[in-house]
Amino acid sequence: MSSIQEVQDEIVSEFEILGDDKESTIYYIMELGGSLEDFPDNERIEVNTIKGCQSKVWLIADEKDGNVHFQADSNTDITKGLISLLLRVLNYRSPEEIINAKLDFVERIGMGSIIGSQRSNGFASMIKQIKLYAMAIQTKQNA
Amino acid sequence: MGLNIAKIRGLFPVLHQEVHGKPLVYFDNAATTQKPQAVLDALTNYYEKDNSNIHRGAHALADRATRYFEETREAIQHFINAREAAEVIFTKGTTESINLVAATFGRKFVEKGDEIIISTLEHHSNIVPWQMLCEEKGAVLKVIPINDAGEIIFEEFEKMLSAKTKLVSIVHASNALGTVNPVKKVIAAAHAVGAKVLLDGAQSSSHLQIDVQDLDCDFFAFSAHKLYGPTGLGGLYGKREVFESMPPYQGGGEMIKEVTFEKTTYNEIPFKFEAGTPNIADVISFKAAIDFINELGKDAIKAHEDELLAYANEQLMQIKGFIPVGTAQEKVSVLSFNINAMHPYDVGMMLDANGIAVRTGHHCTQPLMKRLGLEGTVRASFAVYNSKSEIDKLAEGVSRIARIKNK
Repeated sequence: MSSIQEVQDEIVSEFEILGDDKESTIYYIMELGGSLEDFPDNERIEVNTIKGCQSKVWLIADEKDGNVHFQADSNTDITKGLISLLLRVLNYRSPEEIINAKLDFVERIGMGSIIGSQRSNGFASMIKQIKLYAMAIQTKQNA
Repeated sequence: MGLNIAKIRGLFPVLHQEVHGKPLVYFDNAATTQKPQAVLDALTNYYEKDNSNIHRGAHALADRATRYFEETREAIQHFINAREAAEVIFTKGTTESINLVAATFGRKFVEKGDEIIISTLEHHSNIVPWQMLCEEKGAVLKVIPINDAGEIIFEEFEKMLSAKTKLVSIVHASNALGTVNPVKKVIAAAHAVGAKVLLDGAQSSSHLQIDVQDLDCDFFAFSAHKLYGPTGLGGLYGKREVFESMPPYQGGGEMIKEVTFEKTTYNEIPFKFEAGTPNIADVISFKAAIDFINELGKDAIKAHEDELLAYANEQLMQIKGFIPVGTAQEKVSVLSFNINAMHPYDVGMMLDANGIAVRTGHHCTQPLMKRLGLEGTVRASFAVYNSKSEIDKLAEGVSRIARIKNK
């Protein structure tokens, strides 16, 4: 499995190919959402939503072979694409790796200017929630 | 003769810019309109030459500022055809105007068991103040239902009216759908049972001729920033006898006649409702916006906007997956829609990438969206400086976006 840094570098080079064309960048992000694994219908409930997002985002996590397994969904395609980027970097990694991850790809691809300030806040909330899940699972492992 | 749109566009500096490498197409006018150069000049001019506090200064600057300030009040009086300038008070905007009525008229005249009627089309700012008042007073809030086209069902409204009805507070033109309500009928019916009527004119005032005497409404609330004027400013019209029957809103300077520690007597209207130093600069520059509208003429503006709306409908209806939301007979230039199988946020963001500014979401009308069974819509709203070629760009953009999910 590639390291967190290697996956981030991959993402950055993909976005570099897209260049400055905002429409194709957004279209690409929307397409990425299709790669998310199916989200269980019975988990699409209020307690699993992330606060601070304009669109609805559901995120759940469980432990698989000592690593954290995330599943997520959203009612908007762009948000689904954004989550799929995050999960591509952070899914199936150890709680420690996730907690300590420095997500520099966000800044390197200029996420703020792609998705705007309101969505950027939501994106930050997603990262925070992912790390909180990792901390919870780490606590459980150390118990 | 039609308006010279190219010339009008030349008066709005903000329109001449690129967004994401594309020329800006500004279709978020129901949220706020852009400001002509004359408004910007009036604002700078005031701070450069006339800045001073109004009404009591014993010097030339204060005298000038006071005169210009009151000239705006008179301009609004004529703009809405109020009987006298004292029937116009300045507020922060429509929201504050409605809250003012709830806090003064509502507090004094609404009692336990009384009823206030609003409609399903209302913006949150014409729902929440009444909910708060009803909760405080033990009064009842009633809601006029709408049909699927987004029009109020007048017969249902008539059935709601009774001696218990104290106030009908209804939107003149819907911000989310554009529906123009049959307010003259509403007002006459409400008056027949002795109820007062507040019109939320935030959307209607820039598109329709407003004649408060002909309408016979008791209150008319509006915002300057939707009328090509500055943000943070609005007004409230009230009939003199109604305003005089109401207690003051906030306490402070300007609103008093005489203050002793034992008792304060209040100033006459309009000053009774204008405590503290007002937003002088914006009030003064707002007159330039009213002059701008008056020069073009409301009828000419409406004719142009109607043409844009009809053209946009015609263009967008041809797009596979296009779903119009709100198809009332009478509308102002608001086009709400969805694209089949797509979320309005995604559509809005794709349009933004094309330099086209629209609004997406619930438009602060969550109960209306719930009634329509929608999470939200994409809303394109047109103003006098918009052109058919901009609508072509919208249609082109929407068509390309719709194809993603509607092959």
